[in-house]
Amino acid sequence: MNVVYLDNNATTRVADEVREAMLPYLDELYGNPSSMHTFGGQVHRKIEVAREQVATLINAEPEEIIFTSCGSESDNTALMSSILSSPGKRHIITTRVEHPAVLNFCKTMARQGYRVTFLPVDKGGRLDLAELRAAITDDTAVVSIMYANNESGVIFPVQDIADIVKSKDVTFHTDAVQAAGKIPLDVKKLSCDMMSISGHKMHAAKGVAALFIRRGTRFSPYIIGGHQENGRRAGTENVASIAGFGMAADLAKKHLQDEGEMVKTLRDRLEQGLLNTCPDPRVNGDRENRLPNTTNISFEYVEGEAILLRLNEFNICASSGSACTSGSLEPSHVLRSMGVPFTAIHGSVRFSLSRYTTEEEIDFVIEKMPPVIKELRELSPYGANPACH
Amino acid sequence: MWEYTDKVKDLFLHPKNAGEVENPDAVGEVGSIVCGDALKLTLKIDKETNRITDAKFKTFGCASAIASSTAMTELIKGKTLDEALNITNQDIADFLGGLPREKMHCSVMGYEALEAAVANYRGEKPCEVDEGEIVCLCFGVTDQKIRRVIRENNLHTVEDITNYTKAGGGCGGCISDIEDILKEVWSEKVTEEAVKPKRKLTNIQKIALIQETIEREIRPLLQADNGDIELIDVDGNRVIISLRGTCTGCLMADVTVKNIEKKLKELVNEEIIVEVE
Repeated sequence: MNVVYLDNNATTRVADEVREAMLPYLDELYGNPSSMHTFGGQVHRKIEVAREQVATLINAEPEEIIFTSCGSESDNTALMSSILSSPGKRHIITTRVEHPAVLNFCKTMARQGYRVTFLPVDKGGRLDLAELRAAITDDTAVVSIMYANNESGVIFPVQDIADIVKSKDVTFHTDAVQAAGKIPLDVKKLSCDMMSISGHKMHAAKGVAALFIRRGTRFSPYIIGGHQENGRRAGTENVASIAGFGMAADLAKKHLQDEGEMVKTLRDRLEQGLLNTCPDPRVNGDRENRLPNTTNISFEYVEGEAILLRLNEFNICASSGSACTSGSLEPSHVLRSMGVPFTAIHGSVRFSLSRYTTEEEIDFVIEKMPPVIKELRELSPYGANPACH
Repeated sequence: MWEYTDKVKDLFLHPKNAGEVENPDAVGEVGSIVCGDALKLTLKIDKETNRITDAKFKTFGCASAIASSTAMTELIKGKTLDEALNITNQDIADFLGGLPREKMHCSVMGYEALEAAVANYRGEKPCEVDEGEIVCLCFGVTDQKIRRVIRENNLHTVEDITNYTKAGGGCGGCISDIEDILKEVWSEKVTEEAVKPKRKLTNIQKIALIQETIEREIRPLLQADNGDIELIDVDGNRVIISLRGTCTGCLMADVTVKNIEKKLKELVNEEIIVEVE
């Protein structure tokens, strides 16, 4: 049976075109891009082509892009650079719903004596911009707020956020890992200083990401060593993955509009289908401002890991914010910050689609899901008896 | 990724004894929806013989919680109440061919539901949570429960206790309290051992006692600093060990070895000499 892969916010399949673009660099073109000979030089040129392709995706200049190994490295680099570039300033602003790459970096800095403001979100996962404005002080080194949330898909008003932060002359970084390739990004319009994007969330291979650093931004490298990436990120380049990332950015740019709409149609079909057929569902997060590919639905009185394992029997891949799937005993920090009741967090399931998702797959999930929920509710001491609510 | 045995998967997909018995003689409810798992056990009990004639469960929780519920009900059916209470969470885990360590709390929940049901039947504080003081506020775990699980499952680290009871797995605010309980339980245990009159040990007994002392007294202390110890050989009164983890190459390793020797002299015999491999 084919895999029905609806976990594209975790990672995506490598596009055929991307794989083709990568293969020569895993094969005959193995030179080191830093070498002086022509053999290495041609590899260097490919990296520059990829840099242009990735820059084009977000309307940046090629020299504003550095390649890194993953979204987490991009986030860490941006934050550490901002802090090192603002000596004496000891305050960081972020949100409670960031990816761990930002959240845990900030917690680590808090242990080092930095003051960190974790902005709350409302039930829809939205920020209060007045609170952001009030939080910024002369001591603030950097504001880091994600573009779109990986769990709920909620898109923050990053333009308004950037305007507020820049009006106070503070560095602004946005983690756009989940947004890139799914919605149009334009750093000429958006006045962020830095932006993280990642390859494997947009059909490139794992092990490559990028950080946009606006020209003129003070920068301090995170990985220190050789002169690669113009001295801004040391380490021999992951050439094949970078070449593939370039191709993936190209594909995303070309198809963003039509694919976005197609994916959104399928997402809405899935969401509506499940809301119509499963008992006590609720959609988590602001349905208006959301990534077109993501839906996060809670099924009350059943536990997420159990749902996923049942779906796994049908080769359906999704993810959950339940405690049992988090690797710790704590359920999703994102859903908790949004005030989703525990009864619903434990039974939350995130479906995230891609351009490869088909209508048949969506209908297959709509068919398989209701009996899964029904059976698990019959097992649950809460499900059958509404008096227990 | 799920690292469940085929038995766990099978009993999750095809649970046995799911539901509620009609007119139950005993009901045991543990856990809560807030914690992420809950179990309601209903029993039919023969009043003459105190034998469990039927047992059914309703469980909210992950695959291992549901499979543990089946295991528990299968294990207790046909047993008398006293026999049933002799079952431990480890028996439940064994029935399933083992559980991932971080899921052991599911087997503990199975045992607790049984205890609650029996207490309910006997008219002792129905559906009461453990006695004792709450240590972990996030999951409402008491010191009594932590102590029992440490003893029954021979646990030595906070991580283990979190795996078995969830305590410490939330905000982490109680981790130092759990460490204190661990120290307390193990020092009690060792004192119990130590007050035993010293007698002449056979070689086998001596090796066993050395091993036990290392396990109970020494290893937890080393592991607390990310070190570890392995017993390599015992030759007469020469105990040959190997230090692992951060102990390797530690500047204080000599002191550590001296302390290990002191402990073994105290608890095994005066003649012990510890050597590093």
